[in-house]
Amino acid sequence: MIGLEHYLVVAAALFVTGVFGIFLNRKNVIIILMSIELILLAVNINLVSFSVYLQDLVGQVFAMFVLTVAAAEAAIGLAILVCFFRNRKSISVDDVSLLKG
Amino acid sequence: MLFTLIFYFFSLLAIGSGLMVVFSRNPVHAVLWLILAFLSAAGLFVIQGAEFIAMLLIIVYVGAVAVLFLFVVMMLDVDFATLKAGMARYIPLGLLIGAVFLLILGIELSEWNSSGIAPDLRQAIQPADVQNTVALGNVIYTEYVFLFQIAGLILLVAMIGAIVLTHRKREGVKKQDVVSQMYRDSTKSVSLEDVPSGKGLS
Repeated sequence: MIGLEHYLVVAAALFVTGVFGIFLNRKNVIIILMSIELILLAVNINLVSFSVYLQDLVGQVFAMFVLTVAAAEAAIGLAILVCFFRNRKSISVDDVSLLKG
Repeated sequence: MLFTLIFYFFSLLAIGSGLMVVFSRNPVHAVLWLILAFLSAAGLFVIQGAEFIAMLLIIVYVGAVAVLFLFVVMMLDVDFATLKAGMARYIPLGLLIGAVFLLILGIELSEWNSSGIAPDLRQAIQPADVQNTVALGNVIYTEYVFLFQIAGLILLVAMIGAIVLTHRKREGVKKQDVVSQMYRDSTKSVSLEDVPSGKGLS
């Protein structure tokens, strides 16, 4: 029988994969954005699993809002990326140091 | 038994394609693996009984976000090989932080149990005789209607922001200038000239 814990393990594995991807592809902004999408997917799996486990719909409503914010974040992030590529002809994270922060 | 098989199929597919997103050398392949990860997560949601979120995942993530990624990857003329150059250097640090996260999540999973008052704190109990989509609709458009509107507002702001960020003025492109059209003066744009015969206007 598949219980809540099975889904939580899958979500934890996806989350760790996403975090690992951010550290592995530290130069490529596109892969970093994809890793963030993986992390948000893991969060959504957690939310829906607990929602089903407790028979409470709020988790699924919240997963929907997480989905909305993830879509908005991807759109804005890629727009910034395109804008940056036009100015610097590069998408490497190391080149994003104009402010010298 | 069948559900168990389907669960393991989809979960292994999700984790495997997630790993391929991280490790693949070609970003186009990474986007395609990301699509597969989203699809298998949608499969997991379907066998959990959350059909609406599963379909939303396919429509929003596969239909919009992943295609957006694909467009950007194909549009930008980047040499991805140089970006991959120092990848091996970061593997130990990534593995360390990943192991720490996995350890924390493992400890939490092994020591986890549900609170006794959790069933009393439920805000929107799922009705037994209503489909998932219908039940969600009943909740979203009544109790959470303001949150729903704010989600729409977030999408609107994101859309305007993306357009403003990527819009550029290019030289040599003819565009309609509505204000100058409206302030055009007919007395200045048309003039009567007395043309001497045989000479013409210079």
